[in-house]
Amino acid sequence: MRFELRELPPETEALRREVRAFLAGALGALPPARRAFTWSGFDPAFSRAVAARGWIGMTWPERYGGGGRSALERYVVLEEMLVAGAPVGAHWVGDRQSGPLLLRFGTEEQRRRFLPRICGGELFFCIGMSEPDSGSDLASIRARAARTRGGWIANGTKLWTTGAHLCDVMIALFRTSGGADGRHAGLSQILVDLHGPGVTVRTIRDLAGHEHFCEVVFEDAFIPDDMLVGAEGAGWDQVMAELAYERSGPERYLSCYPLLAELVRVLPDPPGERAAVAVGRQVAHLATLRQMSISVAGMLEAGRNPALEAALVKDVGGVFEQALPGVAQSLVDIEPRAGAGASDFQQVLAHCVQHAPSFSLRGGTREILRGIIARGLGLR
Amino acid sequence: MLEDAVTRLFAERVTKERIEAAERGDWQDDLWRAVEDAGLARPLLSEDAGGAGGSWLEAHVVLRASGYHCVPLPLGETVLASWLLARAGIPVPVGPLTVLPAPIAPGRLAAGCLTAEVADVPWGRHAGHAVLVVADPGAGAAGAGAAPAGGSPAPGALEVGMIARADGVAIRPAENVAREPRDTLVFDAAPLLARRPAALPADAVRLFGALVRSAQMAGALATLLDQAVRYAGERVQFGRPIGKFQVIQHMLAELAGAVAAAGIAAEAACRAAAAEGDPRFEIAVAKTLIGGAVDRATGIAHQVHGAIGFTYEHGLHFATRRLWSWRAEFGSDAAWAAALGHAAIARGADTLWPDLTARGRSAPRERR
Repeated sequence: MRFELRELPPETEALRREVRAFLAGALGALPPARRAFTWSGFDPAFSRAVAARGWIGMTWPERYGGGGRSALERYVVLEEMLVAGAPVGAHWVGDRQSGPLLLRFGTEEQRRRFLPRICGGELFFCIGMSEPDSGSDLASIRARAARTRGGWIANGTKLWTTGAHLCDVMIALFRTSGGADGRHAGLSQILVDLHGPGVTVRTIRDLAGHEHFCEVVFEDAFIPDDMLVGAEGAGWDQVMAELAYERSGPERYLSCYPLLAELVRVLPDPPGERAAVAVGRQVAHLATLRQMSISVAGMLEAGRNPALEAALVKDVGGVFEQALPGVAQSLVDIEPRAGAGASDFQQVLAHCVQHAPSFSLRGGTREILRGIIARGLGLR
Repeated sequence: MLEDAVTRLFAERVTKERIEAAERGDWQDDLWRAVEDAGLARPLLSEDAGGAGGSWLEAHVVLRASGYHCVPLPLGETVLASWLLARAGIPVPVGPLTVLPAPIAPGRLAAGCLTAEVADVPWGRHAGHAVLVVADPGAGAAGAGAAPAGGSPAPGALEVGMIARADGVAIRPAENVAREPRDTLVFDAAPLLARRPAALPADAVRLFGALVRSAQMAGALATLLDQAVRYAGERVQFGRPIGKFQVIQHMLAELAGAVAAAGIAAEAACRAAAAEGDPRFEIAVAKTLIGGAVDRATGIAHQVHGAIGFTYEHGLHFATRRLWSWRAEFGSDAAWAAALGHAAIARGADTLWPDLTARGRSAPRERR
C-alpha cells in the first residue's frame, strides 16, 4: 500500500489562481462560521456560478457538457473550494459520484439527459444507500423496486440522505429480486425523481440543530423503465464503484480546515511552545494528507481503481479531522459558542466539535474502512 | 532497478545473526564491503567522484531499505557525510564515514587542528573519517553563498571539514537504545584533512540528518507492518489465526495508515531535497510526522506480536528500538513540530494554505 508521490502539473498553478480569484469575489463576505459548513453548504446560485466557469464535470467528455480536463486539474479546483469553505453542497454529489457512475454504467440516453444539466449546475443529485435498518450492512437493504408495466414500483425508506430535500434526483439502491437476506445479488441502482409521485422527503435535525440530511420514503412510487442504471442485479458492484468515487476526494481530510485557520489566527504571536508544537503537528498531518490525496487523484487520472488507497486516506484523514477540535480547545481557553455575539473562533469551534462525530460515520464508518484496509493487507 | 538491487542485497545479507553480532560490537566488515561494492554507500556523488550519480531520490531508496532491513552499518551517515564533502568539493575517501552531529564553532580550531569533545557521534568508533561542519554559532539558518575562490570565508558562511579517526582522536564508547554506537570523540589537536566553504545552511547537519533519519524510519515502520501482518496470519489462538479477529485487523489497518503516511512524507522530503529551493519545510514535515508516529506504531506492532515479540531472540525489536532512537536524533519530532508551528503562526492564518500549495519555493521561513 505505497502511495506514489505525484506532483501537480505546473499548468495547474494558473487554474489555482483563477479559482482563488473567483472565490474571493464570490465568497469575500462569507463569515468563518458559514465557511465552517464547507461542502455541506447548499447554494444553487453559487453552484450555477461554478458551473459557468466550467468547474463541474471537469473530467467528463465535452459531448456531455464536461470539460475534458484531467483529474489533477479537478483536484486543484476541489481543494481550493474546500479550504475556502465554499458552499459547493448542491453540485458536490453529482460531480463526485453520480455523474461518474452514469458515465461508467449508464445508458447513452441517461448520459445525454443528466450530465449536461449536472455540468450546468441545474440538476442536483443525492445518494440513496443507507436505510433505518441498513447502515454499515448495506447488503441488508430492504427498499424494493418491483417490476410493473413500463417501469418499477418502489417501496421502502432511505435514511441519512444529505440534501434530499433540496435535490432533484437520487440514485438509489433497491432490491429488485431475491429476499432481504443480506446477499449481494438481486440489487439494482435506479434513478429516482425526488419530485415524482409516491416520494416523500422529510428532513432530520442533527445534534447541532441543522437540517441537512433526510429520510426519503417511497410508497408505491412509480419509476419509469429508463431510470435503471446499469444492469439489473448488478447493483452491488456498481455501488462499490460509486463508494470508491465518494471516498476519493480531498474533503475527507479538509472538513475542519477553517478551524485550523481560525486557531492559527487567534493564537498569540509568538506563541508558547505548547501551541507551536501542537500547530506544527497539525501542519505536518495536513501536508502529508494532501500528498496522499494528490496521489489518489493521480490514480484516478491513470484510470486505476483507488478504492483501497481512498479508504486509507479517509481513515487517516478522519482521525486528523476529529482530533482538531480537541487540539484547538486545548490551546485556547474559551468555550465553543454558536450564534452572533460569539467570536469567529468560538463559532467555528462550536461547528466542528459538534460535527466531529460524523466524520468517522459518513461515507463509510471507520470500522468498515478498516475492514477494507485489512482485506487489502490480506487478513480477510 | 535500484530498489530491487538494494532489497536483494539486504534481504540476503542482513540476517538476525548479523545484527546481533553488530550489537555485540563486531564490525560487519564484509557487509560494508558488499554495500560499497554495490555502489550503495555514495548514491549522491557523481560518477566521477566514485558515486552512483544520483540525487536524494536515489538516496531515499537506499536509506528506506537500510531502515527496513535494520542494516547495522553507518550507511545513512556515509550518505550524508559524502554528500557534505561533495558540496564542499572535498574528495570523498572510501570506507565508512560519520558526521559530527553539531556544528563546530570556528574558535575550536587552531592551526588547522580541532580540540573538542563531541558526544553522540554515530558509529564514531568504526568510521574511518568524521565529517564536520564549521559554522559561526550566530549564523542564521540560511547560510551565505560560497566564499570567493581563494578568499577567506564570508562571515556566517559554513565550511565542511574532515578528520581521520586515527589522528589524535580518543573514543569513549556509548550506544543508543538500538545499540548502535553513539560515541564521544575526544579531539586533541586533531588535524583537519580538509576544510572548504560550502553553500549550505548553518544547520545543514541537523537538517539533512533529519532527512536521513526520516527515510530510515519510514523503512523501519514498513517492516513493522509486514512483520505484524505475517505474524497475525501465522499465530493461531482460539482455533484461528489471530489476524481473523476484528480488533487485530483494525490495529493493523491503523498501522498501515501510519506506514503509508510516513512513506510518502519521507519521499516528499527527499524529492524536495533533490529539487531546487529550500527543502526545510518538507524535511520538518517528515521528521515531525514520522517521529510522531513511532509511539503508536511500535505499540501496535508489539501488541500484535504478544509476548514473543518482547524477547530479544524474536527480532521485532531491531526495528522498534531503532525507531525509538532515531525519532529523537537530529531534532525530535516535537522540536521540528515547534519550528513548523512557529513559522505557520508567524506567517499568519491566511498564508497557511497558499504556503502549502506553493511548490516548495516559498516554504515558511523559521522565525528563530
